Amino acid sequence: MTGELGQLALCLALALSVVQAFSGLFGATRGDVRVMAMGRGAALGSFVFIALAFFTLMFAYVTSDFSVMAVAENSHTAKPLIYKITGVWGNHEGSMVLWMLILGIYSAAIAMSQPEGSDANARLGSRALGVQALIAIAFLVFILLTSDPFLRLYPQPFEGNGLNPLLQDPGLAFHPPLLYLGYVGLSASFSFAAAALLDSRNDAAWVRRARPFAIAAWTALTLGIAGGSWWAYYTLGWGGFWFWDPVENASLMPWLIATALIHSMMASERTGAFKSWTLLLAIAGFSFSLIGTFLVRSGVLNSVHAFANDPRRGLFILMILFVAITSPLVLFAWRAPKLPPGAAFDIVSRETGILLNNLLLTAAAATILIGTLYPLVLDAAEGIKISVGPPYFTATVIPMMALLAVAMPFGPIFLWRRSHFKPAVWSLRFAIAAGVVALCVALAVARPMSLLGMCAVGLGIWLIAGSATDIARRAGDWRRVRLLPATAFTSALAHAGLGVVALGVAGTSVWKSEAIQVVAPHQTMQIGGYTLRLENTERAQGPNYLADRAEFTVFSGGQKIAVLHPEKRSYPVEQTATSESSIRTTGVSDLYVVLGDPQQGGGWVVRAYYNPMAPFIWLGGVIMALAGFTALGARLGAALRSRRQSPNLVSEPAE
Amino acid sequence: MTPKKQRRLAFAITLLLAGGGAAALAVYALQDNVLFFYSPSDIAAHPEKVPAGRAFRIGGLVEKGSVKRDRGLEIQFVVTDGKNAVPVRYSGVLPDLFREGQGVVALGARGSDGVFTASEVLAKHDERYMPPEVVDALKRSGHWQEGHGSAGAS
Repeated sequence: MTGELGQLALCLALALSVVQAFSGLFGATRGDVRVMAMGRGAALGSFVFIALAFFTLMFAYVTSDFSVMAVAENSHTAKPLIYKITGVWGNHEGSMVLWMLILGIYSAAIAMSQPEGSDANARLGSRALGVQALIAIAFLVFILLTSDPFLRLYPQPFEGNGLNPLLQDPGLAFHPPLLYLGYVGLSASFSFAAAALLDSRNDAAWVRRARPFAIAAWTALTLGIAGGSWWAYYTLGWGGFWFWDPVENASLMPWLIATALIHSMMASERTGAFKSWTLLLAIAGFSFSLIGTFLVRSGVLNSVHAFANDPRRGLFILMILFVAITSPLVLFAWRAPKLPPGAAFDIVSRETGILLNNLLLTAAAATILIGTLYPLVLDAAEGIKISVGPPYFTATVIPMMALLAVAMPFGPIFLWRRSHFKPAVWSLRFAIAAGVVALCVALAVARPMSLLGMCAVGLGIWLIAGSATDIARRAGDWRRVRLLPATAFTSALAHAGLGVVALGVAGTSVWKSEAIQVVAPHQTMQIGGYTLRLENTERAQGPNYLADRAEFTVFSGGQKIAVLHPEKRSYPVEQTATSESSIRTTGVSDLYVVLGDPQQGGGWVVRAYYNPMAPFIWLGGVIMALAGFTALGARLGAALRSRRQSPNLVSEPAE
Repeated sequence: MTPKKQRRLAFAITLLLAGGGAAALAVYALQDNVLFFYSPSDIAAHPEKVPAGRAFRIGGLVEKGSVKRDRGLEIQFVVTDGKNAVPVRYSGVLPDLFREGQGVVALGARGSDGVFTASEVLAKHDERYMPPEVVDALKRSGHWQEGHGSAGAS
């Protein structure tokens, strides 16, 4: 019964999306208030039905209803409740429903922020809702035709197949939803850009409406990527945090474009520069999200993210991708000659900084795209199987990011339109000194000596000190910092966050130490100045797995400082084994222990890593996301205040 | 030229330079960092493609009964596609899903003795899944059986 209810809800959501598309687009063309209001209502209704379908599916998982094929294939009664819930999106069908749910959330948010009346702003929002509905229609048809999550299974099995144990982790609770909030959130900028092109008015109005959604998407994407990297770090047992896996690249490319987009939007809204370029970036951002969806969902890749696949799905997404990329570009080519030119700016100005940011970020995204697609193209064209490994990506992306980091602190110091170079350098003198000192300290202290590591440390400190300079300059005096509005901190936080990430990446990739050794009980091994002693191993029973659980005592300078419990788990249902690493973090470094295979003569293979500054990678990600939350919070506060004062007034942005 | 046109020209030139620079960097980096995939039969047919010391990826099934561990960390096994086989040496910890008779992909280079020294060994991510290169290699050598683990829809 529940399965049919979910299917019906999806069909109703599809029907309402069709209504939303027609009333949103044609209501705006005719300037008819009632038709546009219908589009808004349809958006909210469609969201309600998608949510109903989503929770129906969740109900089937929680109650282990194995008459639903997706549940039988991906769940098991013995699985803990949290993994029954998160298992909803731990497979292709369910993850597409989550994708739709988040698209529905963004459409509903656009509908809620829609002003009354039939002025230009209302027509813009109405068209954006229409475009959102077109995306929703495409993906709902995709789900219903190729990936029905409610497909019945007869006869109903007594027990399900279970979930891939690598996914039975709290990471599954936060990583995909955050990533999707980011990916799908870029649809809002895309829809507003398409609406602006349909309107053939390219003023900053669409940027003003789309910018909060772009910031929200960027923030979620930042947290999703950082969270995914953390998950990979603690669960895969290699002590690495980023593998340049094609699926990771699929999330990094939209992030780079979204970062370029929120900067370019800032210029477009403030001074009117980069008008056409911002439109293109908004289109590109969601296009990269769709490319990511295609790479992950089509089966062309082999990865933990690529669930069991079906070539028809790939073809369908490829078609959506083609239409979604080409149609706005055709529209752009048609309208572009009529668009007013962007505002002028001097060669030394904040706009130039943003131009450099945009060039480097889009170039980085493009080189990652080349490296990710090249093996696929070569395989399809000539049947030659190759892979492009991390050396390619580090050789292309790292220099671009380094150049970006050198320029970043200048951006917020430069004035809009026209600025001067020498005074900017002078106000950054302390930050420059801090960066140089950090580089020298790294040169003197850190072993082994590494040019890349030294530069990363120098640049990281330069970014952090540059952010501090920016805040000090805005306040005029350190004692007045707390009087600054929250928005004064956004760029400083975001830039400093990247600096912190740079420190973490340098520490973990350049100065980590690794030890592999066979250790019997009561024997010890050395790593990064610590001594590990294996006390014992025991068989442990989890809710749906058996484990070999080791106990290590950690000594530092003869003092016992910690006890670590790495595990090797085997899941009987899925017939799979996983390693659970055990990590002791001091906040500035991690001691990371993994239990390997037992040896015939007794003893275990044990791998240990000492990762200096590893926690900074995720701390930096959280700081960057904090910048996004600050910007969003300020906008929301301003919108609520102005709504309270006069309900019909469109809120001015806080920035 | 009007100042507006000059600005547009400058913008276009910067864009071209940046795009060209990025493309040049990408092509240059691709030349050095591409890893080819070969099955044991590919190597038997064209040994000249994999001179000793050139890094590539090899894939196939771990031959049953071939896994030998000496002194704990040194591991030797044989990768086969049913027709041909290549001995592999690896020192380190094998992935959790490494098993005899299962698909595997290893990254490394052959020594002058013909033994493949792996720097990285990848097994599949879960029970249902086989690396697509391995499926392809087995199909080409005629040793693919449904039930080895399906790479397609399940």
